[in-house]
Amino acid sequence: MSRLRAALTPYLLLFPGTLWLAIFFVVPTVVMLSLSLQSGDVVNGYAFTFNWHSYVDGISTYHDQIVRSLVYGLVSTVIQIVIGFPVAYWIAFKGGTRKSIYLFLLLLPFLVSFVLRTISWQFFLSDNGLLLGPLKSLGLVPQDFHILATSAAVIGGLAYNFLPFMILPMYVALERIDPRVLEAAQDLYASKAQTFLRVVLPLSLPGVFAGVLMTFVPATSDYVNASVLGGTSNTMIGNVIQNQFLVNQDYPTASALSFTLMALLLVGIFAYAKALGTEDVLEVAAR
Amino acid sequence: MTEIQAGPGAAVAAAPVSGDVPAIELDHVVKEYVSHGEVVRAVKGVSLAIAEGEFFSLLGPSGCGKTTSMRMIAGFEDPTQGVVRLHGEDVTSVPPNKRDINMVFQSYALFPHMNVWDNVAFGLKRKKVPDAEIKRRVGEILEVVDLVGREKRRPKEMSGGQQQRVALARALVNRPRALLLDEPLGALDLKLRQAMQIELKRIQREVGITFVYVTHDQSEALTMSDRIAVMNDGLVEQLAEPREIYERPASKFVAGFIGTSNLLSGTVQQITGDTAVLALGASDRILVPADGALAAGASVDLTVRPEKIKIAKDQPEGDLSVVRGTVSEVVYLGTYNSYVVRLGDGAEITVFEQNANDSTITAERGDAVWLSWQPWHSYALR
Repeated sequence: MSRLRAALTPYLLLFPGTLWLAIFFVVPTVVMLSLSLQSGDVVNGYAFTFNWHSYVDGISTYHDQIVRSLVYGLVSTVIQIVIGFPVAYWIAFKGGTRKSIYLFLLLLPFLVSFVLRTISWQFFLSDNGLLLGPLKSLGLVPQDFHILATSAAVIGGLAYNFLPFMILPMYVALERIDPRVLEAAQDLYASKAQTFLRVVLPLSLPGVFAGVLMTFVPATSDYVNASVLGGTSNTMIGNVIQNQFLVNQDYPTASALSFTLMALLLVGIFAYAKALGTEDVLEVAAR
Repeated sequence: MTEIQAGPGAAVAAAPVSGDVPAIELDHVVKEYVSHGEVVRAVKGVSLAIAEGEFFSLLGPSGCGKTTSMRMIAGFEDPTQGVVRLHGEDVTSVPPNKRDINMVFQSYALFPHMNVWDNVAFGLKRKKVPDAEIKRRVGEILEVVDLVGREKRRPKEMSGGQQQRVALARALVNRPRALLLDEPLGALDLKLRQAMQIELKRIQREVGITFVYVTHDQSEALTMSDRIAVMNDGLVEQLAEPREIYERPASKFVAGFIGTSNLLSGTVQQITGDTAVLALGASDRILVPADGALAAGASVDLTVRPEKIKIAKDQPEGDLSVVRGTVSEVVYLGTYNSYVVRLGDGAEITVFEQNANDSTITAERGDAVWLSWQPWHSYALR
């Protein structure tokens, strides 16, 4: 009896999570996959017809938005690495006893909702807002200069909104580096720069890897930043999908685009993991 | 006490001296930290000179300043005052990567992302040694530490003893002029530690470079060292050969820290020739070599090792130190018996008796016994 219970325990523990995933992930995914292959319209109803047209039409029509989303996601991820790495490094190695305070400060803005933060960026960046207003009245930038409704605004918003998810895993990886390992490098004639390149950087790569996964995916599929900060010419695939679902009620196209995006992201992640998988990353860095 | 100058010329036979310039010199070195707004003096003025090729140990309890002293030699800490010299050259402000010495860290500090070969080759690559020579030297040193065939292993795939040897190889391959070892055997189990002690000593003899060894383990220091600096509270208490440190501890601290010691105190009754006679109780007398500093009436602390004391039921004959007491504890320890004897004034003395002849014990618990030892086996302490 007790042996049976011991055998069942792992399944019992997994049960709530499995149920959750089944209801809120597997079922909607299957429904969406089915929808993407149906034809019809919202008035006359849909029928399952193995209709690949939604994919073909969707991709050819919204090709630009798909590419733009991947580019925005990529550029914002690179910006986050460039901004986030020094922050994570500084907190991990120079934070001393105040590390947890700095981490708290980093997360403080995130007690406010994602949408509200994006809208406050809209205020901040608006044509005569907090940033540009004073600059324009001082004549430092031309009167017709604007940031909103440019790709820079969208990418900046994406980089800002996902930054902590880049910094935290990098911080964890850097924090775990034994300071004596860095001293060992110095002791073995490595300069500060060589110590960083040969030891700190390779040991932090698993954190960068995790950070990229946690920011590139949501940034690429985001639609809030593009709709709040971008104009009509900067729409991302997320906006298109949202529009197809909620405005046009073209469910097959919306579903097909969702699956296309998901497939692209999965392929991208696997290619990235293959090229820079943590084990291999370390192997390369050791040379 | 503050500064014990023990240059290569300090009559210490075991220190192999080559030339007059010490390999490593700490000259009135002080290290202060600010911790929580308070100044902490970790090292309070240490001067010592370590000869070329010497196996030198810094021994002391945790917090005595031994690791800080070593880190100043390596260059990881800047002295607040004083000068660090390597082979006569002032390196006080030279960064660690420009010092021709290497360190074996307490927890090895191997590069976790590199295999054994890359770990060992790290220093040579930074020094831009040609590839062919790196290959040869890494191969050679891996042979010395018996790690051939494990070049591709990662540190985490190896046992503690193997990691230890990688750390040693990684430092030695650079042929530094001195090797610093910070409690390198601390993480190993007893058997492996004893094997590595012998191994380290062998390697040191083979490569012939200066070893500076930091440890809190007195037996480790006694086993391997040519000379030992016993440190306490940021100062060197005694700097001498192991035998000297054990047989003639310079202070109460050293006597207590190294091995088992009996500490006694008494008043000088009279001085006869070169011997001071101390009275403890009615029939007790302790003879101590008098070095001129002792005078009648002076109160004296002295130490005597447990294995120097003879325990007997009858009063011993001769010019010996003699005390009487009652056995309060007998412990059979295999190669020897340990007695705790309570004296008339309440002090307790530990006595070791070799189990040389048979297994009979001289005295039982509660027996009245005489303890005696030769005058030169006890020392007045400062």
